[in-house]
Amino acid sequence: MRFLVSARGLMPHAVETQNVVRVFKGNHKPVKALDKVSITIEEGEIFGLLGPNGAGKTTLIKILTTLLLPTSGEAYVGGFNVAKEAHKVRQVISLVSGGETPGYGILSANENLWFFSQLYGLPSSTAKAEIKRLMADLEFDEYAKTRMSKLSTGYKQRLNLARGLLNNPTILFLDEPTLGLDVLTSKNMRSYIVDWAKREKKGTVLLTTHYMAEADEMCDRVAIIDRGRILACDSPLRLKQNLKENVIIKAEVSSVQADFSFVEGMKGVIGYSQTRSIQTDTTSFKVMVTEERIFSNIMSKLEEQNVKILSVNKAEPTLEDVYISLVGRGFEQEEGAAHET
Amino acid sequence: MKREELVHNLKVAYARLWVRLKGGYREPEWLVAELVIPVITLSAYVFLYKMVNAPPEYAGFVIIGGTMMAFWANVLWGMSAQFYWEKEVGNLEVYLVAPISRMAILLGMAIGGFVNTVLRAVAIFIAGILIFQVPIAIYEPLTALLIFFLTIGALYALGMMFASLFMLYGREAWHTASLLQEPIQFLSGTYFPTTSQVVPYMVQLLSSLIPLTFGLDGIRKVAILGQGISDVWLNIIALVVFIVVLLPLARLALNFMENLGKKEGRLTLRWQ
Repeated sequence: MRFLVSARGLMPHAVETQNVVRVFKGNHKPVKALDKVSITIEEGEIFGLLGPNGAGKTTLIKILTTLLLPTSGEAYVGGFNVAKEAHKVRQVISLVSGGETPGYGILSANENLWFFSQLYGLPSSTAKAEIKRLMADLEFDEYAKTRMSKLSTGYKQRLNLARGLLNNPTILFLDEPTLGLDVLTSKNMRSYIVDWAKREKKGTVLLTTHYMAEADEMCDRVAIIDRGRILACDSPLRLKQNLKENVIIKAEVSSVQADFSFVEGMKGVIGYSQTRSIQTDTTSFKVMVTEERIFSNIMSKLEEQNVKILSVNKAEPTLEDVYISLVGRGFEQEEGAAHET
Repeated sequence: MKREELVHNLKVAYARLWVRLKGGYREPEWLVAELVIPVITLSAYVFLYKMVNAPPEYAGFVIIGGTMMAFWANVLWGMSAQFYWEKEVGNLEVYLVAPISRMAILLGMAIGGFVNTVLRAVAIFIAGILIFQVPIAIYEPLTALLIFFLTIGALYALGMMFASLFMLYGREAWHTASLLQEPIQFLSGTYFPTTSQVVPYMVQLLSSLIPLTFGLDGIRKVAILGQGISDVWLNIIALVVFIVVLLPLARLALNFMENLGKKEGRLTLRWQ
C-alpha cells in the first residue's frame, strides 16, 4: 500500500499514476495510447478526464480498474498497486461504462441488481433494501419488475449506475456515463452522482467524458488529455481563468461549405473550432485570438468565400476553449482527424 | 482461500446458477427444441442398427451416447462459449472488476447448466426406453450414478478450461468449439463404442484423451451390459484423474489468459 504524508496523517491518494505508458500493437506500427501519464486524485474529489474520442481516457480507466496492464509506469488505486494488488483494488472500486448495459435481458431490473450485489457478497436482505433505495433514488422503482430487455436506454443506464453503487465503492469510475442519453436523463444522472459524492464524503469519482459542460458542471478538477498526454490539470474555474487575457469570438455563417482552416498559422490566432450543421446549412465557428483586431482580418478573408455572416458574439471562456488553447483545434476537428487516420 | 472468501465465492456461484435456472424456466419454449430434436437424431441411428440386425444393446449404446452428449453440448455452448457472449454484452467486464474468483462464475454456470440439461437427458433416456424398447440392465445403480457424476465433473472441468480460450479469443475460439463438437462426438463414441476392437488403434488412443469416452464406456457397461464396479474400476480411476488434473489446470488457464489479455489489451475487446 502506498501512503501520502499529509496534514491529516498517513493517507493514500485515492488514485495516483506515475509515468504510465500504454502501447498497443497497431496494424502497421505500435500505437501509444498513454504517454507518461501522471495524475493524483484526492479522497472525496470528483475528477474529470476530458478529451476527444481516442485520447486515451478509457485506456487509463481500464488500467485503474485492473482490466489492463500498463506497459510501463505505476498506478495506485486506494493505495494499492493495480498490477500487483489487483484483488485489493477490486474491493474498493466500481466501474460504470456509458453505452453499456451489463446484465441479463430475461431478468427483471431488481433481479439483475440482486445478482450483481452477490458479486460483492452482500447479504441478501441488505442487498434487497439497498436495491429498493437505489431504485427509488434514481427514480425507476416503478420498473423494478420489468425485464431488462424491455427497458429504454435511459432506464438501462440508471440500472447500470445503480449496479455501480451497490457495493458502496470508495472510488467510482465512470466512463462516459451519459453517453447516448437524452438531456434530462443526463442532467438527473449528473446531479445524482454529485450528490452521491457529497453524501459519501470520502467517495471519490473519476469521470471520463468528452462533454465539456459535463466536466465543467460536475468536476472539482479536470485533466485535459489528448493523444495519450495530459495537457493541463486544474479546477475548471482556474483553467478558464488562464484564458482571460485572450479574446474568444463565436460566429455563425451561412453554408456548410464555409472553411475556416485558413486561420491556422495566422499571427495572433491561438486556436479555433468549427461545427457544420447540414440541417440548417450553416457553420458555427469559434476562434481564440490574442487581440480583438485580429478577428477583423478573419472577417475579410471570410468575405472572399462569399458566405453570409449571420451572427458574431464575444464569448466567455469554456473548457472547450481551454482545449482549443492547448491543442489549437476543437474536439470536432480532433475526432474528424482521428476518423481519417 | 480464507473461509470468508470461500463463502463469498460460493454466493457468487449460487447467484450465477440462479440466473441460469431463472432464465431457463422463464422461456420454456427451448424445451421443445431441446427435447424433441435430439430424440429425432438418435432415432435415425436406432433404426439403422435395427435394419442391419445389430445386437439390441447397440440401440442402448446410442441412447446413452445421446443422453451424455446433451451434457457435452451444454459444456461447450452453454458454459465455454457463454463467456464469449458475456464479453460481448459487457458482463465479463463487470465480473473481472469484481473481487471474485472467475471459477465461481463458471461453477455457477456449470451447476445451472447441469440442472437444465438433466431434463433433456432424462427425456432422451425415457424416450429410448419407451419408444425404442432399449434393454436396460442396471444391477448396481450406485456404480452407475458414481460414473455418471464423475463424467459430469470431468466434462465441466474441461469446459472451464475451454472458457479461458473464449475469454480471450472470442470468435476464433467459437470456431474451435464448432470443431470440437463433431470430432468429440465421434471419438468419444456417442453412436458406437470406440473401445471396440473394430476401431483403429490410433482412434482408440485419441479417444482415451477425452473424459467422455471413459464415462460413456462405463455407463454402457453398468446400464446396458449389466456389469458391476469390478468391470469399470479403470473407468472410475481415469475419470478421477481427469477431474484432479483438469480443475487446477482450468484455474491456471483462466489466470494465464486473464493476464495475457491484460497485457495484450484483448480482455474486454469486443467483436473480434
